[in-house]
Amino acid sequence: MSGLPHAPFHILLVEDDPADAGLAKRAIREGRILCDVHHAVDGVEALAYLRREGAHHAHARRPDLILLDLNMPRMDGRGVLAEVKKDPDLRGIPVVVLTTSDVQQDIEAIYQLGANSFVTKPLDLQDFFSVISGLENYWFNIVKLPK
Amino acid sequence: MREPTKTEDAAFEILLVEDDPADAGLAKRALKDGKIFCRVSHVRDGVEALAFLMREGSFADAPRPDLVLLDLNMPRLDGRGVLEAMKGNDELKSIPVVILTTSDVDRDVNASYLLGANSFITKPMDMDAFFEAIRSVEEYWFRVVRLPR
Repeated sequence: MSGLPHAPFHILLVEDDPADAGLAKRAIREGRILCDVHHAVDGVEALAYLRREGAHHAHARRPDLILLDLNMPRMDGRGVLAEVKKDPDLRGIPVVVLTTSDVQQDIEAIYQLGANSFVTKPLDLQDFFSVISGLENYWFNIVKLPK
Repeated sequence: MREPTKTEDAAFEILLVEDDPADAGLAKRALKDGKIFCRVSHVRDGVEALAFLMREGSFADAPRPDLVLLDLNMPRLDGRGVLEAMKGNDELKSIPVVILTTSDVDRDVNASYLLGANSFITKPMDMDAFFEAIRSVEEYWFRVVRLPR
């Protein structure tokens, strides 16, 4: 599905764990809403993609939604969030933090940094798929996204 | 309405900021019809909303909302003003704000996200679609998302 040039929605998935990323991509693709996913393996790559830096990001599509892991090497999710939310060109893009953490302190800090929502990844596979489908339905069917 | 399955303390608090009485009544009904037990406080403009959030005057005992549903066009202080004040205030900025408006103008949408709105929803004109949208808001913010508390 990612090969389709005109999927109506585009998601940037920022996740360092290959298994978690694979699962998220599968869940997104199995959803009823057609969207393509670009996967960045850490914060540095995510920002390069968003800012279209480097030859292979020159034609990067602006994502409608960013799904952002918190703990990653090189630059973590907090760093990405801080950069995105202070950049006038990127700030409008909704960022959903998707992490295994459910520490209340993390949650407060992440909203303070300007995250649009904080979602704790359920460990149960079925719950995880239903969370992803809930995300897709909310952001792509109910919400009006910035253009 | 279904019997609440959670204790009073576990209920979700919603602050609805809406100047139109008919729209406010409809939103309240839709929120109460939902499966998730939540309490709705309704204020009629931005000045009242900020007083509620800052527990000023007659709002001294106001609860901290888990979610703010914010209309854009209101007298005295509009939704943009409320959003700006909330997102510039360290005590209030982590409270999720969902813009709920009849506007679907790109300018309003973009400006709201730039001011820090957590999401923007254009109220569907169709009644069933409106109830469905409110259900989805509850489902998403109270079942899928983790809130700051």
